[in-house]
Amino acid sequence: MTPNARLGSGDPSRSLVIRRLRKEYVKGHPVLRDVDLTIEGRGITAIIGPSGTGKSTLIRCINRLVEPTAGEILFMGQDIARLRGRALRMARRRIGMVFQEYNLVERLSVIENLLCGRLGYVNPVAAWLRKFPAADIAQAFDLLDAVGLGAFAHQRADALSGGQRQRVGIARALMQNPDLLLADEPTSSLDPRTSVEIMELIAALAGRMGIPVIVNIHQVDIARRFATRIVGMAGGGVVFDGPPQTLGDDRLKSIYGGEGWLAT
Amino acid sequence: MTDIPANPSGKASRSLPGMGWGAKIGWIVLLAYTVYAASLLEITWTRFAAGLGHGARFLGRMFPPDFARWQLLLQDLAESVEIAILASAVGIVLALPFGLLAARNLMPDWVSWPARLAIAVCRSFHPVIVAILFVKAVGFGALAGILALIVASIGFAGKLFAEAIEEVSLKQVEAVRATGASFFNVITFSVLPQVLARFIGFSTYQLDSNLRNSTMVGIVGAGGIGGTLFAAFQRFDYDFVCAILIAIIVLIMLSEAVSARLRATFQ
Repeated sequence: MTPNARLGSGDPSRSLVIRRLRKEYVKGHPVLRDVDLTIEGRGITAIIGPSGTGKSTLIRCINRLVEPTAGEILFMGQDIARLRGRALRMARRRIGMVFQEYNLVERLSVIENLLCGRLGYVNPVAAWLRKFPAADIAQAFDLLDAVGLGAFAHQRADALSGGQRQRVGIARALMQNPDLLLADEPTSSLDPRTSVEIMELIAALAGRMGIPVIVNIHQVDIARRFATRIVGMAGGGVVFDGPPQTLGDDRLKSIYGGEGWLAT
Repeated sequence: MTDIPANPSGKASRSLPGMGWGAKIGWIVLLAYTVYAASLLEITWTRFAAGLGHGARFLGRMFPPDFARWQLLLQDLAESVEIAILASAVGIVLALPFGLLAARNLMPDWVSWPARLAIAVCRSFHPVIVAILFVKAVGFGALAGILALIVASIGFAGKLFAEAIEEVSLKQVEAVRATGASFFNVITFSVLPQVLARFIGFSTYQLDSNLRNSTMVGIVGAGGIGGTLFAAFQRFDYDFVCAILIAIIVLIMLSEAVSARLRATFQ
């Protein structure tokens, strides 16, 4: 019996099944070693583990920002690893992503950055002329209020602070009304207080919209506090999988190795 | 972690790299050739002194400048401006797709190489040489000049556009791509915002450059003030030559002022 079964099934249409996922940037040196992982369509799954162990690669394979070498990524009835062209874009529309360095389009206004989340639905001429559907524009302003940046709609993204930029990043991802939210170390470039605020925001908004979240995170305390499930990775494979309360110091040692870094 | 083997010796050389013997030979060859080439020119003091005299006589005949034929002057200047503006407008619009296709970070090799080759061909010839070809093809007049400068614009602006696109932050592109945006939406929302200000700058430089060149293609009969300038030279009308040169200087300065304003607006 896998730990996943204990957590309930959630929304089955939004569940993600990863089978024998392998990624080699250099042939013969796999970063991901045949990872098997099932994520139910609910809650926050935090992936922890040392730097360079393939956490980012795993998340980026899910929306194919990184090309997997082998394996299956089953989501909404399709194997994302096999999709190409238009079918891949259609799948990406269903998956929002929040980045470590926010990746906002610096020279666009905040509201334009949010509307980027709708670009999978708008034809190029309309997008170029900024003729988005009224419902999209209304949703953008609502979401901007929800992340507390209503007053910044027409500022350029490069005028914002790190925490504000990440709020815009979250709002942009949610503009897609996604069925899955990926967050690749969303708090690693932020101070401790802002990190917690950002995770609170992700948890609150995704929870309200019922969107399952997969988040890579370095801060174990934040992972414990917000995640409903923790996946520990080391050496390109999953070495721990369970609810936060079962993640003890012995488990952390097996994930990160050594023990001198653990505060006594 | 990956299993990439470490440096087997475990230690890097602790000395700093100096100039290699290849580089030393290169510098010596360059110096030797420069001395040899200068010796071929037979530059002598007597020749230099005679040249000063010729120069003084030439300058004396240029002043005062003769603006009596100002109508012809203005008409030719207007034609030069027309050549420059039309060539810039069409050339820059054509350079955009060439630049995009040539950008190696967005395009696969089999697209970027032909595009880079086309740009390189456009850049290989001086506009005057291209103008000679177009004069043969479409006859004397402004059309040949316009076509020649369109080719030059595609070559120069296309190369600059491609380089600007190759320098964009791929993080921003990646984020927009991750939303499921189509290729053109990725371009308009993540690439274009990053390069627009520089494109405006390049375009105004291209306009400047086309304006300068449009005063020259006339020498081979491709329209503009160059033809009149050349004719005045050959008829020894040096005072009229001077008037034309002053007019070109004023024109170029005006265009510098206009493009500076344009760049400031879009910065």
